[in-house]
Amino acid sequence: MKIVVLTKHVPQAMGEVTYADDLTVDRSAVRCRLQDGDEYAVEQALRIAARRLDVQVTALTMGPAGAVAALRSALALGADEGVHVLDDALHGCDAPATSLVLAAACRRLGFDLVLCGTASADGAMSVVPAMLAERLAVPALCQCDRLHTDEDRVHAHRDAGGTAEDLTATMPAVLSVTDRSGEPRYPRFEAIAEARHKLVRTWTLADLGIDTRRVGLTAAATAVHRVTRPAPRTATVPGTDPAEAATRIADFLTERQFL
Amino acid sequence: MAKVLALVDRDPRDGTVLRSACALLTLARRFGEPVAVVGGDRPDAEAIRTLGRFGAVEVWCLAEAGAALGSGPADQPAAPAPALGSEPDPDPATDTDLLHHLAARLHPAAILIPATHRGQETAARLAVRLDSGIITNAVDVLPGPDGGPVAIQRCLAGSYLVESSVVRGTPVITVRPEAAVPEPRPVTPVVRTAGVEPAKIPRARIVASPEIVADRPGLDHADIVVAGGRGIGSRAAFAVLAEVADALGAAVAGSHTAAELGWVPREARVGLTGKTVQPRLYLACGVSGSVRHRAGMQGAKTVVAIGDDPQAPIFKLADLGVVGDVRAILPALLAEIRSRKTPDGGPAESTESDQTHSTDS
Ligand SMILES: Cc1cc2nc3c(=O)[nH]c(=O)nc-3n(C[C@H](O)[C@H](O)[C@H](O)COP(=O)(O)OP(=O)(O)OC[C@H]3O[C@@H](n4cnc5c(N)ncnc54)[C@H](O)[C@@H]3O)c2cc1C
Ligand SMILES: Nc1ncnc2c1ncn2[C@@H]1O[C@H](COP(=O)(O)O)[C@@H](O)[C@H]1O
Repeated sequence: MKIVVLTKHVPQAMGEVTYADDLTVDRSAVRCRLQDGDEYAVEQALRIAARRLDVQVTALTMGPAGAVAALRSALALGADEGVHVLDDALHGCDAPATSLVLAAACRRLGFDLVLCGTASADGAMSVVPAMLAERLAVPALCQCDRLHTDEDRVHAHRDAGGTAEDLTATMPAVLSVTDRSGEPRYPRFEAIAEARHKLVRTWTLADLGIDTRRVGLTAAATAVHRVTRPAPRTATVPGTDPAEAATRIADFLTERQFL
Repeated sequence: MAKVLALVDRDPRDGTVLRSACALLTLARRFGEPVAVVGGDRPDAEAIRTLGRFGAVEVWCLAEAGAALGSGPADQPAAPAPALGSEPDPDPATDTDLLHHLAARLHPAAILIPATHRGQETAARLAVRLDSGIITNAVDVLPGPDGGPVAIQRCLAGSYLVESSVVRGTPVITVRPEAAVPEPRPVTPVVRTAGVEPAKIPRARIVASPEIVADRPGLDHADIVVAGGRGIGSRAAFAVLAEVADALGAAVAGSHTAAELGWVPREARVGLTGKTVQPRLYLACGVSGSVRHRAGMQGAKTVVAIGDDPQAPIFKLADLGVVGDVRAILPALLAEIRSRKTPDGGPAESTESDQTHSTDS
């Protein structure tokens, strides 16, 4: 059984991130790491691998040269090998282009399961998993809180906004897992050293047979016009009348989707 | 005028139109003629009336879908799904299939989809199928210089506002429910049905929908924790805090002081010598945020604090800090949360009574 885990390299402290002149996220100015959300996906892959004998776990990332660090982290956690899609033409990819490239890589690797986090810490679109599923013509099971596999099916449980759902699909399939799926392990010290010896392949767009005109900033199907920095959100609302304060709090809760 | 499609979200239990649909229709009017798109079972007369009240000129649904339809000309005689046999179709068309079909047929100026888990998946698949650009989690959508939609998103942990638009294909935009306050503009919608062939992509199946127990969640695994401290002031005021927790589906906790005063059980103390919690949201009410208390809740993803002393350390941790009298704010907050939880509860509700509310969810 082949599992591909998507691992994205994202800025460590979102608060320090700025936009570059071309209005893309400036990744060079901040320290990056394997995003937390994807550690849960790696963890689920390893839990499946622990229960059956035939599992091969490949960590896949697409990003600039530094993104290989995300793969090393996944390898230290226990993934078997890594694939890094690296190509200068990728700068400024939108979600459709990202999913196009990741789908081509998954197809080339072959897979029974693709595991992802629910959302990128930087882009936070939570659309890549479903886009990938659409391109690969397989079921998508998004935002899963629990999952397990049997011979040829994957079963999952999720909270669909107040109602729970038990889902099942035949493999191959794409799943995204939430931070309720089970705490990721800490890498053992020796595992971090071992990870350096695991295989990481680097693929270019040419390796994947993708025309460079289909990706990157110029091919993006959305255009950013303006980026502004509103007053810092750690704002303290000074003594206001209770109804106004209540509205402020409720707005905040709605905005963060607690309501 | 170009049409703007709005995907309608309904309560899975009783089929009532959710507030988000009314908000999407309100936004859709800014760019063109609002058209409500209802996947799944056909909407009942009540649902159609609600969509009409918020300006839906047309309501489109699936020709093959179950349940009777009130009125309106059938656009196509309810034909069986093409290609497949006419036996009961195990896989009816999805929201994606329906929107894909309508995008080709109606050439809308934009497609608005609620930014729920389900909506995100629909939008993602649709954008790929249409080879369109997609913008997610818009907090507002405004007409741009060319009349087309410009979406505003809050990015990078909310610290930036980003304005963008779609430059290829039919714009697919997922919209946060709070992006607009639903404003009624009553029309009588034309109800139309579309015969849609489902895409031949294997699907996940829902095998069970176990009821989530309505009880308060346990503190250890709670998604949301509402905590009270000395500032709450009395047992009676603490009861209001517990009601706020219930309305949010949250667990109740307290500082040591709150426990000493008997307002929460000892097991619900948060801190160095009590429970350690890591909820998505920690709502601290009348808690100063002593070092010892902070030790137990620093892992919370989002912190909202209400207190009367702006110097209290809890405000340093807070994503939103409100300085004020917590005993006055909590009842107001409770009322506000309850009103937002009622479906399509716009300001004009009280004058129109042909609406069934499910206030008690
Ligand atoms: C050995 C030891 C271990 C401890 N371990 C813990 C622990 O694990 N967890 C823990 O919580 N504590 C612990 N404590 C106690 C801790 O030091 C603090 O005393 C306690 O957390 C303070 O609780 P509080 O925030 O509710 O009260 P206070 O510190 O009195 O804060 C009350 C807050 O409410 C505000 N307020 C008052 N009235 C209003 C109003 N009407 N509207 C709005 N705001 C108002 C005040 O401005 C203040 O900020 C420990 C103490 C010791 C000695
Ligand atoms: N460039 C990338 N490389 C690897 N995985 C990615 C990349 N972009 C997105 N993903 C995966 O898709 C998930 C959702 O991303 P998003 O749709 O950007 O919020 C993430 O948690 C990752 O698992």
